[in-house]
Amino acid sequence: MPAKRTEPAVDTVTVKVDGRTVEVPRTTPNWQGKPEPTTVLQACRHAGIEIPHYCYHPKLPVAGNCRMCLVHVAMPGRPGPDGRPPTNEDGTPKVFPMQLPYETGTPRGVIGCATGIIPGMEIYASSPETRQMREAVLESLLINHPLDCPICDQAGECKLQEYSVEHGQTESRFAEVKVHKPKAVDLGPRITLDAERCVLCTRCIRFTADIARDDALGIVNRGSYNSISTYPGQPFDNNYTLNTVDLCPVGALTSDDFRFQMRVWFLKETKSLCTGCGTGCNTLIGSRENRMYRYEPRQNDGVNSYWMCDAGRLDYKWIGRDDRLARVRGPKGDTSWPSALREIAGRLANAKEGSVAIVASARQTNEELFLLKKLAKCFKALTDSVSRKGEADHLLVAEDRNPNTTGTQLIGIATKRVGSKLGTISKGIASGRITTLIVYGEDVTKHGIEAKLLGKIKTLIVSDILPNATTKKADFLLPGCAHAEKRGTFTNVKGRVQKFGKALEPPGDAIPEWEVLHELVHNVTGLDGFNSIEGLFNQMATEVKAFKAAGLEWASLGDDGADVNW
Amino acid sequence: MKVKRTELTWWERLYLPTLLNGFKVTLRHFFSWNRSKVYGGKQKGYAAKTTMQYPEEKWDVPTGYRGAPYLVKDVDEKTKCVSCQLCEFVCPPKAIRITPPGDSGVVDREGAEKMPEEFEINMLRCIYCGFCQEVCPEEAIFLLKDYAINGESREELVYDKEKLLSLGGADRSAYNHHVQCGVYEGLKKWETKSREAGEQPAFH
Repeated sequence: MPAKRTEPAVDTVTVKVDGRTVEVPRTTPNWQGKPEPTTVLQACRHAGIEIPHYCYHPKLPVAGNCRMCLVHVAMPGRPGPDGRPPTNEDGTPKVFPMQLPYETGTPRGVIGCATGIIPGMEIYASSPETRQMREAVLESLLINHPLDCPICDQAGECKLQEYSVEHGQTESRFAEVKVHKPKAVDLGPRITLDAERCVLCTRCIRFTADIARDDALGIVNRGSYNSISTYPGQPFDNNYTLNTVDLCPVGALTSDDFRFQMRVWFLKETKSLCTGCGTGCNTLIGSRENRMYRYEPRQNDGVNSYWMCDAGRLDYKWIGRDDRLARVRGPKGDTSWPSALREIAGRLANAKEGSVAIVASARQTNEELFLLKKLAKCFKALTDSVSRKGEADHLLVAEDRNPNTTGTQLIGIATKRVGSKLGTISKGIASGRITTLIVYGEDVTKHGIEAKLLGKIKTLIVSDILPNATTKKADFLLPGCAHAEKRGTFTNVKGRVQKFGKALEPPGDAIPEWEVLHELVHNVTGLDGFNSIEGLFNQMATEVKAFKAAGLEWASLGDDGADVNW
Repeated sequence: MKVKRTELTWWERLYLPTLLNGFKVTLRHFFSWNRSKVYGGKQKGYAAKTTMQYPEEKWDVPTGYRGAPYLVKDVDEKTKCVSCQLCEFVCPPKAIRITPPGDSGVVDREGAEKMPEEFEINMLRCIYCGFCQEVCPEEAIFLLKDYAINGESREELVYDKEKLLSLGGADRSAYNHHVQCGVYEGLKKWETKSREAGEQPAFH
């Protein structure tokens, strides 16, 4: 889609689409964001008409090879000797429908994705001529198509299927033998290629070469034997291969991870975020009956464009693991939420100032961190979280592997140097000054507070998702939720606050951490808070300085999130 | 809405004539054992009886009857279903439940890519509408003539893949039809395809 027109004065061009006069911007950002003359396809989008296409993608260089976007147009005439364009008898400017030079009278199409608009141009986006061109192109693309939709993972989100319904014919006229190409080829460790289904749009080739900057794919062989291939001996295994599966308009490239797992029409889509690193790529969770099947990137030009990395995309299996913590545990074994919370509140009420420490996680949401901070203020508790670092790359992966480090810093749980206070906390425990430790979502035994030290703590309250060395030692174990099982917001490394939705029901007793913390804060401090995520966020937006300065509001966050100055 | 009752005539209100009319029908059936249209021709040896000795004697349902849906096998006794899950999608009472095979494909013959890992039909839920048969692109599920589905527990009435395949049996009707027409092409798509592929020059 064209970028939001924020500047008031946009240089526009007037064209006619299906007889309707439309004003469209003279230029549109290309795949690199540079202004380029608006194309026929984009002009039609402005007019609300979608031109069918396979190879065109707004974030890839234009190739113009699928020919699906052929449209019939009429050009304004060139100025005559008098310097004036030719006119009809009634004085209106005369236009000349494009026709074949060697066969006058036969309409000639232009490809909508690569033809720039000219003032006064007339686009016949749904004329019989255009429709006939589309039908012919589609028929030719389907000549060697195996028509194996029943076993094709793309079925249900396949452009060939969609356009066949709109522009296709009911029966094939092709009586000859179809060309057979290799099927189920392992193109890389995560990708399977079915060459017969391919329409040779080269989206995957352009993506790997120009966006992922790993020139791994190409087209080999000639004529109808054309097929996608990796360079001999070179694996297609960069960190962005699975984006080609999304890009592929047909079922030629399919994901090994999602292969034959579930038909796409069963999947419920929930807007979510990737938690693999600090970039916070916008995602869609595909789930059915409380099982998550896949992540797909969701377009957000401010963060991840249309892409996400393979590592992040495949980082969801832990959500459905069998050993998820699902029972509330107190010092005397399994208990219920009310009694555990009552007991914790009772113990915290007796805690002296400075005897409480909190280790939060930068994998928690802003709302949870905000409530933890409230709790911390009450006891003047030491707080910190754990830092995770990795290698950044040129496209999406950030050095910071926590999804919400910025949030921990803005809310005041951690300082600029994340994890610097863990040493102080561990010394405090060793000296016996700190007797209560609250740990959220981290295995502190791996981050400087050893299991032996944990034994010295009187009250160890741990909330986590999966069992680890810290949860084993916990006096109170509170089962938490994965991000897919609750709602909330993360602040990414660039300071963009983004929200995510709930796709799944948490296992067993587990309830979202913010609900537990809301209850605890109320029981311990007596402060009343909001028991809805919207209210909680809005309250946080007025109390946290950076959020207040940005004027955040849950309702205005939208799907794309909002930036805070940081 | 008020329903207006029709006034009974004097003759109808007499009661006895209507009663006798009923007896007339009963007696007509009683003395008509040689003229039974429903069972007469089909159940030899019982031609004279209008009452069928169910369940010792089973009613042979007419063609087109929609009985229980079963999975049929191909002529080689192999699974036809490719786990496209269209029947699961179209099933109005959600009686069908398919577990897709995952990356492995779970195939039992050459040339196949995908077969169901598990295929369950809850016969208690099935309403015998025949949508599954109609939607199946592989002609792998048919409503056969079974009409007496019973069991001792709910679990027993959830038929799994193995049971459905054994109940469905091999689908010879298509085979016979093709043989009669002298057309073998298209009968085993995969064989035709692999033969065609073998005849073409290999460029890969």
